Amino acid sequence: MAGEIRPEEQFFAFLAEGRFMIQRSRESGRCFFYPRVAEPLTGCTDLEWVEAQGRGTVYSTTVVRQKPPTPNYNLALIDLEEGPRVMSRVEGLAPEEVRIGMVVKAKIIRESDRPLLVFEPA
Amino acid sequence: MKDAFPRGAAAIVGAATFGLGEAPGLSNFDLAAHASVRALAAAGLRPRDVDGLFIVVMDEALAALNFADYLGIQPRFTDNCRSGGSSFQIQASIAALALAAGQCDVALIAYGSNQRSAAGKLISSTSRPSPWESPYRPLRPISQYALAAARHMHQYGTTKEQLGEVAIAARRWARLNPEAFVRDELTMPSYLSSRMICDPFGARDCCLVTDGAAAVVMVRRERARELCARPAYLLGAAAETTHREMSSMADLTVTGVARAAQRAFAQARVRPADVDVVELYDAFTINTILFLEDMGFCPKGEGGRFVSGGAIAPGGRLPVNTNGGGLSCVHPGMYGLFTIVEAARQIAGSCGERQIADVDVAIAQGNGGELASEAVLVLGSEATL
Repeated sequence: MAGEIRPEEQFFAFLAEGRFMIQRSRESGRCFFYPRVAEPLTGCTDLEWVEAQGRGTVYSTTVVRQKPPTPNYNLALIDLEEGPRVMSRVEGLAPEEVRIGMVVKAKIIRESDRPLLVFEPA
Repeated sequence: MKDAFPRGAAAIVGAATFGLGEAPGLSNFDLAAHASVRALAAAGLRPRDVDGLFIVVMDEALAALNFADYLGIQPRFTDNCRSGGSSFQIQASIAALALAAGQCDVALIAYGSNQRSAAGKLISSTSRPSPWESPYRPLRPISQYALAAARHMHQYGTTKEQLGEVAIAARRWARLNPEAFVRDELTMPSYLSSRMICDPFGARDCCLVTDGAAAVVMVRRERARELCARPAYLLGAAAETTHREMSSMADLTVTGVARAAQRAFAQARVRPADVDVVELYDAFTINTILFLEDMGFCPKGEGGRFVSGGAIAPGGRLPVNTNGGGLSCVHPGMYGLFTIVEAARQIAGSCGERQIADVDVAIAQGNGGELASEAVLVLGSEATL
């Protein structure tokens, strides 16, 4: 059906084009993540995809420890300037040096042959 | 909001465990059946007396059908709740309502898992990996709880040593419980030097991976005293669902226990000061701190200080997880039913060396998903009716 929202498929298609898109309800003007066919709570289906600025703040962070020599990696929750929170990881510094409150910006990389949204210090 | 619960209308009259630790050669249903037969026998009952069957296992979505078949019964009321480790508190609540309505007369709640012998690692149930979170390779569930712990430490100054107090208190209780799987002494230096897994968690911040089974039997109040010398009456029961994806949890330092406990305590007409013993779902050390705060035993953010100095260990000001908890007693995939068994045993006065004197009010809390489904039961002795 034309104009129908296909949340997961469209999000990752945008990401593959290098665009980090989130959804906004035209009625409430509120952005949310993860993508859905209806806005949480209101059920509004007047949704549009908008490009996220990609700026955010680390809400929480952990280091997933690996058996050497496999490198440890970061796992973080990022609060976007637009409001929603996303799970991701912060790159460009040692995983244990990621701090809560750190200002970060999004970048899109490829991993396991898929586009992936990660963050780095702003 | 009307939030009625049939206070004191149903009671646990039999509670049992089986195969805590390692029970090789037995299926999930074999283990659950052992615990069920024991719990029923404690009340002078047999499987044929059960007409309300409540069960969940990790690997079978239609478990109530399998288990009814296994026991040879055709129950009037069956339920397979799938809210994770809180399923059993929710089932106890549904059982109380079903008993009160006459939908069943004898309710059996059972759980069994051979996860240690069968797989030797934590098994997630049959859930689809989240397309939004799984690409970042979270070490579920440990890393999600670690994110909550990291946030709590950042926001309230909670320390690694305070998390250690939780692990050490659990171990000290386990040392008083012959059923507990890990009973060797845990000191702060050995806690602090345990292998890091997901910051700030090391190995001793994480629950055990064991086999084990539990079962409880519930009947209406009128029949409770003829089947059991000291029944544990359900005074209040409430559950809250807050999220599924970790990024959807509004505040990682406040769980659904805050509202669930408030509701369950109101139904039960008790306050935190009335509580004699608290059995919490301590899958990770931060859980105990979060849940004690959310239940109102201390203000939000004070949980780390509250548990310090052995305050929740044997001889402390508030007995918490008197069986040794998921951290040191047993954690076979889901632990929720074990908190109910221990609370009922404390009210029954059958806990031996770890028995708390004169238990009238006991809390049994369950936690499902990653701090996502929280359920609180308030259990009381006859004196609370």
